[in-house]
Amino acid sequence: MSTSCIHYQNVSKSYADKTILEGLTLSIPANITTAIVGESGSGKSTLLQMANGLVIPERGQVAVFGSTISRANVTRTRLTIGYSVQGAGLFPHLTIYDNITLMARLQKWPIDDIQSRYHYLLTLLELDKDLSERFPYSLSGGQQQRVSLCRAMMLKPPLLLLDEPFSALDPVTRDTIHQEFLKLQQAETRSMVLVTHDMGEAIKLAQQIIVLHDGKVEQQGSVAEIQDHPASEYVETLFRLGGQ
Amino acid sequence: MLPQSIRGGLVILALILVTSSVFGAQENDRGRSITVGSKNFNENYLLAEVISQLFEDAGYAVDRKFGMSGTMVIYQALRAGEVDVYVEYTGTLAQVILNYSGEHLLDDFNRLLAAEGIEALQSIGFNNSYAISLKRELADELGISTISELAQQSDIEMGFSIEFLNRSDGWSGLVKTYGFSQQPTGMDHGLAYRAIDEGSIDVTDAYTTDGDLDLYGLILLEDDLNFFPQYFALPLINSSLSPQARNLIAELSGRIDEQRMRELNGRVMLDGKSFAEVASEFLQEEGLVERNANSSNATMWSNLRRNTLVHLQLTLIALSLGCAVGLPVGIAVYRYGNLSRSIIYIAGLMQTIPSIALLALFIPLFGIGRTPAIIALFLYSLLPILRSTITALLTIDPALKRIAEALGMTRMQQLTQVLIPLALPNVLSGIKTAAIICIGTATLAAFIGAGGLGEPIVTGLALNDTSLILQGAIPAACLAILTELLFEMLERVLIKPHMLVGQLPT
Repeated sequence: MSTSCIHYQNVSKSYADKTILEGLTLSIPANITTAIVGESGSGKSTLLQMANGLVIPERGQVAVFGSTISRANVTRTRLTIGYSVQGAGLFPHLTIYDNITLMARLQKWPIDDIQSRYHYLLTLLELDKDLSERFPYSLSGGQQQRVSLCRAMMLKPPLLLLDEPFSALDPVTRDTIHQEFLKLQQAETRSMVLVTHDMGEAIKLAQQIIVLHDGKVEQQGSVAEIQDHPASEYVETLFRLGGQ
Repeated sequence: MLPQSIRGGLVILALILVTSSVFGAQENDRGRSITVGSKNFNENYLLAEVISQLFEDAGYAVDRKFGMSGTMVIYQALRAGEVDVYVEYTGTLAQVILNYSGEHLLDDFNRLLAAEGIEALQSIGFNNSYAISLKRELADELGISTISELAQQSDIEMGFSIEFLNRSDGWSGLVKTYGFSQQPTGMDHGLAYRAIDEGSIDVTDAYTTDGDLDLYGLILLEDDLNFFPQYFALPLINSSLSPQARNLIAELSGRIDEQRMRELNGRVMLDGKSFAEVASEFLQEEGLVERNANSSNATMWSNLRRNTLVHLQLTLIALSLGCAVGLPVGIAVYRYGNLSRSIIYIAGLMQTIPSIALLALFIPLFGIGRTPAIIALFLYSLLPILRSTITALLTIDPALKRIAEALGMTRMQQLTQVLIPLALPNVLSGIKTAAIICIGTATLAAFIGAGGLGEPIVTGLALNDTSLILQGAIPAACLAILTELLFEMLERVLIKPHMLVGQLPT
């Protein structure tokens, strides 16, 4: 238990009449980056959103760092979980500075701490300070995604959830952000969970991989383990396609 | 869900009670002040103005609630004590108000009125009834002066107003009483005088105090069989009026006969003088006031200023109430339930009640004057504000709502940091729509004596005076345009330009 950042205990979830997850039990290790790889509809985003309470499982429980998520503690728990999604999800009415620092200001951080954390993150993700007073619409997709990562990291959360944050970017920009992400991993070691459909991205960015197929864990293990001993033909296919 | 809606309802109720008590208190606290009412036609305005100036000359403060639409509106206002005096007609009093078919005796009227706290005073003198009129020359030529004599004539063209042809106390009764055999044609009352002038008809119906009879050289035939009901003008007053006040009004009893009233009406209709001028002239001629006493010859500009201020006041209070109720209820509906549809339907339903009908419905509940007007305007402003608030909140990108949640914001923080700022452009345009609806609808408030820019419009309609109508219509239109501009400025201050992109102009 102490080595997992998220523990799913027998969770089920269905939308309308389609079952997404059925009695799934799964532990995601702490302090490393884990990629959950699967096709669309595999249930990977649902799994991720159960960790910050955006999706409530019909049955079963989800624990983050050992404490079970409940109605009573979900808001407090979310403050310890960074969240970045595909398309960045920046608030259009707030400047870049306000987007990134919003939660810190709401948490009444001292202004000096906010400023220094803000500038530190900007530098880490190679964002120009001149962007501070601009609004999200005037930024490129890559810049917006970097801002979204900064916002997710602002409160120094021990857990970072990333829901296909790089999927919508062009290959060149994606590659650049991948490099910055690796730098981020180095600079701020923490538990990260990356949901992606791209095995290549998973291999590049994660140490641990979980392959999800039709709501079931097809295989879980280190990158090397999965690469050397794919548990099924499906996993092998994902590797072959991801390697291209 | 239910407690929330009940709570909302209680809030509205409380607001209504608070506003009505505030305004009620103002109106009761009048000291030496008196409220004079009038119906919305020429003669009644003039008589109300005469009474008003009489009181002003005696040192009273006068509140003029002129131009009320219809007998029941003004009578209810008198009953509720919101009007102290107005001039009624015996025929109307008997048939419409008291549903009484006996002889028109003052004592009988007062016996019936006593229970309502109302008293009728001695008649002012004239009888404004239907009459049959024709050119003086023709009457002389035919040698007739009574309706009986007219009925004997065979070669006569008659044209009557449509209403007269259809009323039981009009043509059909006239035929029964006098035995007419001629076939009349129907036409608009205003056109009938012109038709007589051009010679295409010889005889038409008239009112005994019509101001333009003299202009067309018309005389009235004597109703020798006493067919037409009598419509003697008499002041109806609140029984609680002081003896001094009664005595002042009583100064008018028997003072104006048909000829005199016709002539006074003519000064307004034909000479284009204002009611205030004619009333002041009359009172001086009768020696009832000192010459050049402070007659309230309000100029056009001071009227405009007063009416605009009242109009703005009505609109602003109603709009503020609309926001105070509409915004929180809109948010609550969005937050707590699936009530949104039913609430929007209910608010929409209120919107479909014609304004005049809504104002009339409010008279038994809230009386006349500003309180019911403000409540009606408030209800009209509610729908656009509610609808825009709920729709604006519902149409915010769901991804952003999830992000706000996922970042760990409390519900209140989600509301203040994300939902409200993102909903603001649409909410603001909803408030703008409500403001413009209020400004437009507030012109109708004059019908129930609330004043505002509708006052010159209502008076102008009664007098068929286009310039007077424009004195209300143009400033009201200007107010609407100014409001539009004001909200554009507000948008510019409150909302970043890029947040307005893609929004439909409203």
